[in-house]
Amino acid sequence: MSTATGTGQQDMRDMFRSMLLIRRFEEKASEEYMAGRIGGFLHLAIGEEAAVVGTVSAMRADDPLTSTYREHGQALARGADPRAVMAELLGRSTGLCGGRGGSMHLMDKARSFYGGYGIVGGSVPLGLGLAYAARYRKSDQVSVTMFGDGATNQGVVAECFNMAGLWDLPIVFLILNNQYGMGTSLEHAAAEEDLYTRCNAYGIPSWKVDGMDVMAVRGAVAEALRIAREERNPACVELLAYRYRGHSMSDPDTVRDADEKERWRLRDPLVTFERVLLGEAVMTADDIAAMKAEVEAVVEDAAAFAEESPEVPVAELADDVYANPFNDDARGGALMP
Amino acid sequence: MSTDPAKPVAYRDALNQALREELTRDPDVFLLGEDIAGFDGAFKVTRGLLAEFGPERVVDTPITEAGFTGMAIGAAMAGLRPVVEIMTVNFVILAMDQIVNNAAKIHYMFGGQASVPIVIRMPGGAGHQLSSQHSQTLDAWFAHVPGLKVVCPSTPEDAKGLLKTAIRDDDPVIFIENEGLYGKKGPVGGPDDLIPFGQAAVRRAGTHCTVIAHSRMVWVALQAAEELASQGIEVEVIDPRTFRPLDLDTLASSVRRTGHAVVVDEGWPEYGISAGLATLLYEACFDWLDAPIGRVTCADVPMPYAKNLEQAALPQPADVVAAVLANIGQGVA
Repeated sequence: MSTATGTGQQDMRDMFRSMLLIRRFEEKASEEYMAGRIGGFLHLAIGEEAAVVGTVSAMRADDPLTSTYREHGQALARGADPRAVMAELLGRSTGLCGGRGGSMHLMDKARSFYGGYGIVGGSVPLGLGLAYAARYRKSDQVSVTMFGDGATNQGVVAECFNMAGLWDLPIVFLILNNQYGMGTSLEHAAAEEDLYTRCNAYGIPSWKVDGMDVMAVRGAVAEALRIAREERNPACVELLAYRYRGHSMSDPDTVRDADEKERWRLRDPLVTFERVLLGEAVMTADDIAAMKAEVEAVVEDAAAFAEESPEVPVAELADDVYANPFNDDARGGALMP
Repeated sequence: MSTDPAKPVAYRDALNQALREELTRDPDVFLLGEDIAGFDGAFKVTRGLLAEFGPERVVDTPITEAGFTGMAIGAAMAGLRPVVEIMTVNFVILAMDQIVNNAAKIHYMFGGQASVPIVIRMPGGAGHQLSSQHSQTLDAWFAHVPGLKVVCPSTPEDAKGLLKTAIRDDDPVIFIENEGLYGKKGPVGGPDDLIPFGQAAVRRAGTHCTVIAHSRMVWVALQAAEELASQGIEVEVIDPRTFRPLDLDTLASSVRRTGHAVVVDEGWPEYGISAGLATLLYEACFDWLDAPIGRVTCADVPMPYAKNLEQAALPQPADVVAAVLANIGQGVA
């Protein structure tokens, strides 16, 4: 690991802080869920911080990003307010999406984060459309769409590979391969476990990198973005990673082998990156301790803010179903929000 | 192509005018779909548009309905105004995840941050002996879903005016044409004549019974109305034109006046458009009704191939006549 790809020391510190924030935020979200303050599904990205932060750190701020339902990290890495993210998880009116989306459906459009989506593979065509819009408008933005190993088996993802290759759309497909689709391992689901090779059939340059190494991810995504931005070709990177928790909070994680989990624990992306920062004298132990304390305070503040935030008024139940709402009192407005 | 309002224009050409005018007016509008560019579209609705607007704005897609519909939704999130042609309603089933889980949800689920100004147009309907997989009316599937707007034009004028409104609307609009209407001729409006959503059209005034019909069924109902008029029975034929929003006021006030209602729908009877409209009318007009609301629908079967069976399955003018007569107590039930 090195400071290749023009990554300066400040970039490395920013990346580490972003990883710390995601880790600590996810741990706090887990506590909030166990306390009964978060409902629905809660999918934690603990273990996947390098994949998320390495990707986002390589992107330009105006490059649109789409993601799956495991996307708190993407929102935070893109700069979303941790208070608004936590408030959304708690379903409060101050939430990022006004309490309508919850954990699985965060969006921060002002930061070009175009959302987390709950249907496996279903967000990939949206990412393709954002790439289409960039090309249509002759912008040099590149759309980045992140999806899991499970999504690569959805037909619509293959459809998107084809259209991206056919039309040379400026998109980077990022397969975050955490090796399990819920409880089903990759080897039980995929005929070819090197998922990036799917793109060979469509003439899309693709390769695999270590998704636990934030610098490797950043370098690979930077290269993929360069291909998309400068050569106006799609690219695909497979990030081999591991999540340290079950699929969601309701998964006791009894399927995965204990030895396997321990092996990947030893490759904790925060621990290994901390070692690099110390080894390359980017940060001192004191710097790191101070950063952890600062992040801890941000997360505690976010949780306190969310807990104290008001519920969403029930009177707002039917707001925002339409961008151009229509009025009809024929049925007390029930037909027409 | 003439836009002289005095000259009758075919339904397909009225749609073509709307597309041409909106492509000309707004550079963010583009078209995509299977065989719409070089081939002019399966029903020739997009004829000539490739030559006029070029391949960036009139885009032939691979046969990949879920993929290109979802792609158009993503482009709409970025502020473009894609008009998707699905060759027929039968193929939109492949894209339902994108339409229901993405297009219909995005504005609400993300707290109003992003809108999806997309039009997805397609013909439904039956009558050409295409059998079960090519002869469906699925209007109710879309009308069921909050977040979608649903438009079903029955005339060339509506086809043009409603499509222009749809393209300028900021929400996902499902625009359902009918294979049996593309050749239908009639007057059309000019470039600035938009027809607003949520306004039903009274196609024929009458006092004895209200007949509610949309899309091709309007013409079936009007034929029945002619036949009934010869028997001294004047029915009021109302075309809702859009189901989301729905102009329930116009429907209900007619039913309150006539005391009788028959709903005609090319779709299946169970849990569909006719069932939904009947429920709304019972809620709005129960005390005014002199008889239970009648329904004339497609038979509750997959569409058969054989000509005689197909015609037996579809609502015919005679079925409407019988339903009206039964409803007003002048016929054999």
